[in-house]
Amino acid sequence: MRWLKPVVFTASLLPVAWLGWQAAYGSLGINPVETLNRFLGDWALRFLLLALAVTPLRQWTHWAPLARLRRMVGLFAFFYVCLHLASYVGIDLFFDWAALWKDVVKRTYITLGMGCFLLLLPLALTSTDSMIRRLGGKVWRKLHRLVFPAAILGVAHFWMMVKADIREPLVYAVILAVLLGWRLRTFVRTPQRA
Amino acid sequence: MLIKPAADLRDNDVTDHALYLDRRRFLAGAVAAGSVLGVGRGLRAATADDTPTPFEAVTTYNNYYEFGTSKEDPAVTAPGRLKTAPWTVAVDGECAKPGTIGLEDLIKPVQVEDRIYRLRCVEGWSMVIPWRGVPLSEVLKRFEPNSKAKYVEFTTLADRAQMPGLRIPVLDWPYVEGLRLDEAMNPLTLLATGLYGKDLLPQNGAPLRLVVPWKYGFKSIKSIVGIRFTENQPLNSWQKYNPREYGFYSNVNPQVDHPRWSQANERRIGEFRRRPTLMFNGYGEQVAGLYAGLDLKANF
Repeated sequence: MRWLKPVVFTASLLPVAWLGWQAAYGSLGINPVETLNRFLGDWALRFLLLALAVTPLRQWTHWAPLARLRRMVGLFAFFYVCLHLASYVGIDLFFDWAALWKDVVKRTYITLGMGCFLLLLPLALTSTDSMIRRLGGKVWRKLHRLVFPAAILGVAHFWMMVKADIREPLVYAVILAVLLGWRLRTFVRTPQRA
Repeated sequence: MLIKPAADLRDNDVTDHALYLDRRRFLAGAVAAGSVLGVGRGLRAATADDTPTPFEAVTTYNNYYEFGTSKEDPAVTAPGRLKTAPWTVAVDGECAKPGTIGLEDLIKPVQVEDRIYRLRCVEGWSMVIPWRGVPLSEVLKRFEPNSKAKYVEFTTLADRAQMPGLRIPVLDWPYVEGLRLDEAMNPLTLLATGLYGKDLLPQNGAPLRLVVPWKYGFKSIKSIVGIRFTENQPLNSWQKYNPREYGFYSNVNPQVDHPRWSQANERRIGEFRRRPTLMFNGYGEQVAGLYAGLDLKANF
């Protein structure tokens, strides 16, 4: 299974590569700033859900190598979250910090999005082997349960941003519910291991 | 009295066809440059004035939920589906001469004008559009609204056969908008039949739409089939959908934020940096008087 990680790593870079290609040779549409920001947000959410899908998929398929992908997919989720945040702060708001602060405190969907980022930040920082050792498996696992509220905030952020047509955020919400439901099921079945 | 709608924008600012084709190329380049080089271009654009937005952008970036909720949808789904002729408008309510009237007969008696207006969407983007149309007041007068007529309510076509978006109950169809009668009679309020010197395209609300340049874009209702004079304030579709976020007046106002985004500034399509939003979208001189004594924060 030595091919697995490099293949997934390369595939995970495709969205950002596509974006770069479009920006350079194609078009990001009539409102490129909006396109850029939405595109990065979409992929941040997709990778976040994908990261949450790794463990259920492994348990379901009994294919052990999947476990090795969890950290990488999770870090890609954080990577796209960072790009999404950077495009919002750096390109959309053009580093208008006052406007950013107003947005964060005043607009619920931005508050939630920022909350999602802040919850993911310690997870990314403690993703290295040495950090796992330093924290100890138990504490580390406990800390990394923050990914669940982070994902909920992420989906809520998208849901509340949408003006009226909630079909797309609904799809994400259903997938998240299934992924959280799976864990609840295993949790109920084997409470001592949880 | 001579009315000069937007003194800064004149008829001869309307771009001729060759130039707008040129702009299409410019836009394609600008979009790429804007996203890659961003900064330098943006600083320049932030000080640029009201150059009409390229035809390409005006006709492919539309909010017209009857044809789909993404901005790219209407330009794809509306042409070929929306049948704009023959077209009739039913006029009723508080007036002496109600009736159903063909589009030709509605417009013909009035002198058609070209007017360049800024359009500010509630979502925080804006365009500059050279409209063609007639002053709404000239059209409304002929139906002789009576003393009970305080408001005018407009209705968009709602035909499932022509409008695929109606299958999704995003809004309560048909789309409805309204104006106070004095707003409707203001010389700035335009009943548009065209843009860039040509007939309106389906995605822009053909064959007949409202243009109220000092209000957020959703007030400028598209593909009008009904006009009604009413005594009570109409309940417009977006207010009905979410009264906390959308009001009846919906005047462009940088001081009153939408609950989910700032209205203090806007992104002019084709520009990189945001520019400040102007009170009444810059038409205060012509319309501020309509709202003397009205609390614009409460009546957003």
